[in-house]
This record gives sequence, C-alpha cells and structure tokens, in this order.
Amino acid sequence: MSTYQPVIGLEVHAELAAESKIYCGCSTAFGGEENTHICPGCLGMPGTLPLLNRKVVELCVKAGLALNCKINPYSRQDRKHYFYPDLPKGFQISQLELPVCYDGYLDIELAGQRKRIRINRIHIEEDAGKLIHGAGETRVDLNRGAAGLIEIVSEPDLSGPDEVYAYMETLRQVLLYTGVSNCKMEEGALRCDINISLHHEGEPFGVRTEMKNLNSLSAARAAAAYEIKRQTRILEEGGELFQATLRWDDDKGENYVMRVKEHAEEYYYFPEPDVMPIVISQEEVETIRASLPEMPEARRRRYREQYNLSDYDAGILTVSKALSDLFDRAAETGAPPKICANFIMGDIIRLLNEKGLEAEQLPFGGADLAELATLVSTGAISSSAGSKVTELLFQPVNAGKSPGEIVKEQNLEQVSDDTAIRDMCRDVIEQNPKIAADYRGGKKQAISALVGQVMKASQGKANPGMVNQILQELLEV
Amino acid sequence: MQAAQEQGLATLSLVQIGKLLQNRETTSSEIAEILLDRIGASGNNAYVLTNEQALKAAAISDNRRIAGSPLSGIDGVPAALMDNICVEGMRTTCASRMLEGFVPPYSAAVAESLEQAGVILLGKLNMEEFAVGPTLGERAENTLFATTKNPVDAAYTPGSSSAGPAAAVAEDTAYFALGSDVGGSARQSAAFCGVVGLRPGFGRVSRYGLVQCASSLDQISITGKDAADCALVLSLIAGYDARDPAACKDRTPDYLRNLMGAVRLKELRIGVPKEYMGQEVGEEIRQSVKSLSAAMQEAGAVVEECSLPHTDYAVSAYQVIAAAEFSSNMNRYDGVKFGYRTASYENYDDMLRKTRTEAFGEDVKRKMLFGAYILSQEGFNAWFKPAQRVRTLVRDDFQRVFGKYDILLAPTSPVTAWPVSKQFSDPAEACAMDLCTVSASLAGLPAISIPCGNDSAGLPIGLQLIGPALSEDLLLQVARGAEELCGLV
Repeated sequence: MSTYQPVIGLEVHAELAAESKIYCGCSTAFGGEENTHICPGCLGMPGTLPLLNRKVVELCVKAGLALNCKINPYSRQDRKHYFYPDLPKGFQISQLELPVCYDGYLDIELAGQRKRIRINRIHIEEDAGKLIHGAGETRVDLNRGAAGLIEIVSEPDLSGPDEVYAYMETLRQVLLYTGVSNCKMEEGALRCDINISLHHEGEPFGVRTEMKNLNSLSAARAAAAYEIKRQTRILEEGGELFQATLRWDDDKGENYVMRVKEHAEEYYYFPEPDVMPIVISQEEVETIRASLPEMPEARRRRYREQYNLSDYDAGILTVSKALSDLFDRAAETGAPPKICANFIMGDIIRLLNEKGLEAEQLPFGGADLAELATLVSTGAISSSAGSKVTELLFQPVNAGKSPGEIVKEQNLEQVSDDTAIRDMCRDVIEQNPKIAADYRGGKKQAISALVGQVMKASQGKANPGMVNQILQELLEV
Repeated sequence: MQAAQEQGLATLSLVQIGKLLQNRETTSSEIAEILLDRIGASGNNAYVLTNEQALKAAAISDNRRIAGSPLSGIDGVPAALMDNICVEGMRTTCASRMLEGFVPPYSAAVAESLEQAGVILLGKLNMEEFAVGPTLGERAENTLFATTKNPVDAAYTPGSSSAGPAAAVAEDTAYFALGSDVGGSARQSAAFCGVVGLRPGFGRVSRYGLVQCASSLDQISITGKDAADCALVLSLIAGYDARDPAACKDRTPDYLRNLMGAVRLKELRIGVPKEYMGQEVGEEIRQSVKSLSAAMQEAGAVVEECSLPHTDYAVSAYQVIAAAEFSSNMNRYDGVKFGYRTASYENYDDMLRKTRTEAFGEDVKRKMLFGAYILSQEGFNAWFKPAQRVRTLVRDDFQRVFGKYDILLAPTSPVTAWPVSKQFSDPAEACAMDLCTVSASLAGLPAISIPCGNDSAGLPIGLQLIGPALSEDLLLQVARGAEELCGLV
C-alpha cells in the first residue's frame, strides 16, 4: 500500500498597510490604549454607514498583480453573519461571489525545485476586534476592529510542511516588497488557516480539517506536520476522520478540536446593501501595475545572471526588500557586486540584528556601500578595516559621512608600503622564534599565526596579501 | 380669544409660520410654548419624548432674529423627529426595549441640517418597533410606548410604522416632521392622517444617523402640511454627505422657489398605472384618483392609463428583501456594546439569547426569523435571488413608463385607515396594504402622498405621485398643482 499523500491549501490573512480602517477614518496603528482607535462607525452603532477606504482596494489589487491574479473590473462586498463579542455589527463585511482578485499563482522554491502554487482568489474584508480574558470577565478591545484585511486563498496545491513554510515565506516577501502589509507576525499582521486532507494518489481527497490562526512560519510548518501525522495515524489504525476545526497549541506542539462540522457552516451571506459595488478601471490597474517593484524571484534570477552571484547569496540578499534595494543601488554604480553582497550578508545584517534595527532604518545608502566595496577591492583598505568602517557608519556621530571620510578620519588606509611591512614582519619573527622555528621545521600553517600578529601590530591596516608574501620570503631565507 | 389665536398659530403651515417669524409677528418662544402645551394636552401619543432644551433653543433663536442674523427663513420653527433618527445626547429608542437607554454620541445628518437652519427640535416621535409594521393583532408587550392614535378619528389607525410624524403634523404639534419610509409607511401614515408625506429618491437625502431597518429601502421621509412645506424642508436636508455611501452629488434645487411658480400642467404627461386601480383598491379611492385625473386633464395635462406589469410580484419581493436586510441589521444588538443587556447570564451565548429574547417584540422577532430563513443557503436561492430579479424588473417597468410619462398618479393605499380593532388574518393580508407604495421604494424613486378629500366614513384619502429618479423638483410642483385641484390650497 502506498503512503498517504497530504493535500494542503492555505487561507492567509494579511493586515493591510493602510493608515485608516476599511470603513471609517480611525487609525490602524498597532497597540494604543484599549478602545481608543474607535468611532461610532467601527463600533457598529445604529445609523452609521460603512465608507469604503479606497486604499484598501488599491492594496488588494497590488497584491493581486504581484501574485499574477486577474482583477475583477466589478466586484462586490457581502455580509457574513455570526455572533461573537469582538464583531460589533454581528456580521463581517467580506467578499463572497465577486472578489477583487482571482486566478493567480505564486512560485515557490524548495531544495532548488520550483513549484507553482495556484491562488484561487484574494478578497478584502474587515478584521474583528480582540478579546481580553481576565479573572471572571472578558473585555473587548476594538482598536483593530474593522481594520482592512486581505485574504489570500490558495488552491490545495501544497503537499507538505516544508512547502507550507516556503509558501508563507515567499508570500510574506511579496507582501513586504509591494508594501501591501508590514507582515509583522508578532502583531498578528500575517496569519493563516491550514486546510489538510490525505489521500492516495489518483484517489479522491479525504476528509479535511482546518487549523485556525497560525501566526508564525514555524508554527504553520509544525502544525501542518503534526496534523498530517495525526490523520495518517488515525487512518492507518482504521479509524474515521471528521471534518473539524482545530486549534494549534504552539507551546505544547499539538492541536485540539475546537468544533466538529456536521453541516456546512451557515453564514447567511448576502450582498452588502450599504456599500456600492467596487469598480476598478483598466487604467487604474495599469497604474498600480506600473508601481510594482521587481519581485524577489526576478531579482534572484537577475543577481545570478547579471552579477554572477550564487543561489545562496541571491537568496539572502532578497530576504528584505530594503537590503536588496541597497545592493542594487550599490552594484549599479559598478562597484564589485560580490564584495557589496558580502558586506550586506556579513557586517550589515549582523549590525542590524545587534542594534535591533529594521533594514529600512539603515543609516546609510547604496552609494556608501559602493564606495566601501571599492575601497576594499582597490586595496585602499583591508577587508577588516572595511568591517570597522561599516560599524562606524552605523554610529549616529558619523551620520552623513562617507566611508572615505571615515577612513581618513580614523586613519584606516591600508599599508602597502613594502619597507614598512617588511619591518613589521621582521619584528614579529624576532618576537616569536618558536612559531618561526615551527614553520621552518615544516609546519607551514604556523604562518597564519604570524600574519595575525603583523595585522595586529598594524592595527589591521597592513595589506594581508603582502604580509603573507613577505613573511614567507623572510622565513625561507 | 387667546386660545383661538394660539390654535390659529399652531395650524399654520411651515411656510406661513416662517413668514410670521420673519415679519416678527410672532416669536419662536411663543409658538414653541404653544406647541409644547398642545403636546401635553394631546392624548394621541405622537410624541415619546419632549426636548427639555426646546424653550431655551427657541429663546436663542429669538435673539438671532432680534440681532437680524437668523440661520434660515425658518429659524425658530418647532419640528420633530421620529425616534429612529439619532440626535447627539438625546435618547433614541426606535420604540424598542432594546434601545431603551440608548443615547447616541452623534447626530443624524438631517438632524444637523435642521439644527444649522435654527429649527427647534420639540421632541422624538412614536413609531412601530424598529419600523416594523403593520403589527399583527395585539401590540407586543415589549413595545415601549402606547400606540399612537389617529388625530382624525381615534378609532382608526394612524398608519403603520411611521405613525408619530403623521399624527404630530395632523394634530398641529409640529410644523413638519422627519421620519423614515421603507416600504411606504410615511406615505401611508400621511394618507391616513390627512397630511402630506414625501419619500425623496434614493441618494437625495443622507441616511447617516437613521437607525437601519432595511438598508437598501430605508429613506428619510418628510411629513408636512402641504407640498410647499415639504419642498422647503427638502431644500434644507437634501445634498451630498460623505457619510452616506449612497448620497448623490447632484446639485440640490431650490424646491420651494421652483414650486411657487405656475405649475405647467398643460405640458404634463401623467400615467395612471392600472395595477394600482384594481378591485383590491377601494371604490371611493379609485373614484378619487379618477376625479383628480379628470381635473388634471381639464387643466391641460395628458392623463392616460399605463402599466407596471410586475406590481404583483413587487409586494412579495419587497417582503423578502426587507426581511433579509432587517434580520442582518438587527444582528448588532447583542448586549455587548450598547442597548439592553439581560440582567443575569452564564456566558456569552446565554447573554445573547436572553438579551434578544427579552428586548425584541414579537413582530421584530417574526421578521428576523423570516429574514434569517431568506438568507440561509436554501432561502437565498429560492427567495432572495428571485426577489432581486423582480426588483430589477420593477425598475425596468418604471423606466419604460417614464419614457412616456413625466409623473405617475396612483392611490397611496388601497384602503383608508382601518379600525384599530382590526385583526389581520395573516401577515400576507397586512402586506397587501403596501401594494401601491413598495414599488417606488424598490426602485428608489421619489414619491409623495397628498390628501384628496375624504371617504364616506370621513376618513382622509391619500393620492400618490411618483416621479423618475431624482425628479423631486417636478414631483413637488405637480403635487402643488394637484393640491390646488383637490381644493386644498
């Protein structure tokens, strides 16, 4: 008997990077004192009417175009009804029959293999509020209530936890690149529901379960893996699966059943009578299309072809749009691309992490990186001095200074003067007779210790190539 | 003598009282006091709340007049709002226990417009709970207020859901009133009480702050003493409002000025839809339509029978769509954020169930249940979708006849006011009362009911004029002309 094949589809919710909510002017800023970003409208008070924020539609179209979707010239909103304390009107305005975007795809890469994941639709809807459970009481915070969301619904084209991870990661990049969402998962700005069933190849899909609200990439992967195992075990033991909604407990690493769905859920959907149909002209679509940045996948291809970078390098550079842009700005000046890439992947990412900064907050630009890379490639400074300069560029006191100016100020120019280096090398050999003897006795690797000593003595400024060469000459005489 | 004079002031029309104020022949304080006294003395239950600030506002208005800086021609005129129109800081109940203590922190667009014109808000007017009507049999015990009586004859109904505005204008306790018209209640109540009821077209008046009943059908209505008064009020409240997504950006004409000119009945083509003149319409009412038709013809208009073939389906389609939207709009009342909350409960579900069970009346519950069925997957395909198709056909009917006619003339209601003791055998019988009004609601067209004589029982007969989209200007002019022919002006 062949093994079970998982069939997985994702519904991803992304909070939109619109400054105001979807149907009123309230702020969407994260946090804030409970119930301070609210008005009669987003409280669903009687007599208030929803006023569609066009920015929400624009961002949805942007996401759709970036995900190769078709855009509905005429789409509609629908009411989806259910009672929950965090849903003020007792219905959510969403889209059922005519979403803004449909029929797209996203290509993911896994172990060098490309796979196309079809996207069924992307629609706009309003977010619910938040429940705060306390001792003996539950409070409702509606600050996020009625903020604009998009829901991106994939076809069941994913077939394993790693693909779930890769899909979410790639999707996150696309949403970040396009500025559709800030995707801050810790703020719940990107979350997904995972639908999973098992079958044998060639046979119909099995009973499907849905896991709700996974809010990190690793939780999504772990939850998918767990659920596949759970369903496999039940089926192999001859048990029966029920259509159910599950909740993933990331701390315990297991899921539990929230409710078993006996019937199709009844949401009393009908067309929202208060908002006018959404009309999107071809002209508007083209304007938005023209505003799309180059997507990460295209950039990776270009980095390989144009700059001869490895898959690995191209992958890291494109994780963040800000860093990828930084690389592009530097490389397009003609600075050596590999050195530029190395600075980003090494010192710059390390320093951002250490200082807790986002890539968007980098205090210098592509021209500075280009200058730095050129200083290194021409031998004007050593690569270790380059690291030092990078560190200094992060310091507020050096704001606005170019790498060249910092090099001068700090006296970091590389010493490539043969006489000066030769003197330093002689001194080091004299001071380290044992290491010198080791080298001469055949332990050739001992030379690296001496190179290190010379570099130290020169405060990192000596040209390391020359140091190595001169040391060899002196030792082998 | 003084009492007669006071009575005289109260019975004046809005245009007339406005002139007296402008000429400083009376003051806002004087007429506000007269009207408040009349409200206190009235047993008709038109009002459910009187505004404690009314006299203060009237005194301030008088000062504006003295200073020579009135806010409008009718600065200082007292008027009233039905209790589903929100006024900041003033209790707004929709005559439901659910909103018994609800004080909105915002005002409806129309309430703001009136305030900006210096109109004195005398109070809030009675209605059926959440504008659901007509009630079947006994009023539900949950309903907050005593039933409104018809000032013409207390033994007869003042009409269904918009009884308060019609009764207040008819008993001379408000110079005009704003309410809402969903399937025709403002027009029907006006007809039953012998006053004028105008439903402006879709988009003409902002609905912001009007508590939802059925969203695609809700419209602010004007109840007044004559067409000129309605024209004056419409000029004040019409116009674009960014807070209502349906608000149209068309320029607002000066309806009153345009109406004061000679009405050119001579060039007018008037259609009388035969579907509104069938056996289900009372003989005396049909006769009244025919008399007015003849008079209009004499005045030079072309009056012909025309057809709106989908009228039969319109009543059912209206019921389906109105119930669906109503049921959805009622979902917001869950006891969490505003309105009534049950006293004790175990958890959220329990609170929800008890709150809604205790605070909604029987008619509201019946309509919500019907609406929920309509919106179920089964009901949606079987009922909602066909109803939407009928709605399109109803619109098409109108579009066709308005290619040939400028205005349609019809009864407002197939019957005059029925006795308060009447028990409808079933909801369908009650719904048939909407025969002549729901089509204009479904199509979003402006329509007006004007009184045109009485039947043999002495009860007012209302005749209705329906115009094409955004034709309020012409509609009011023709209404004015018809009033003259009915011997009113």
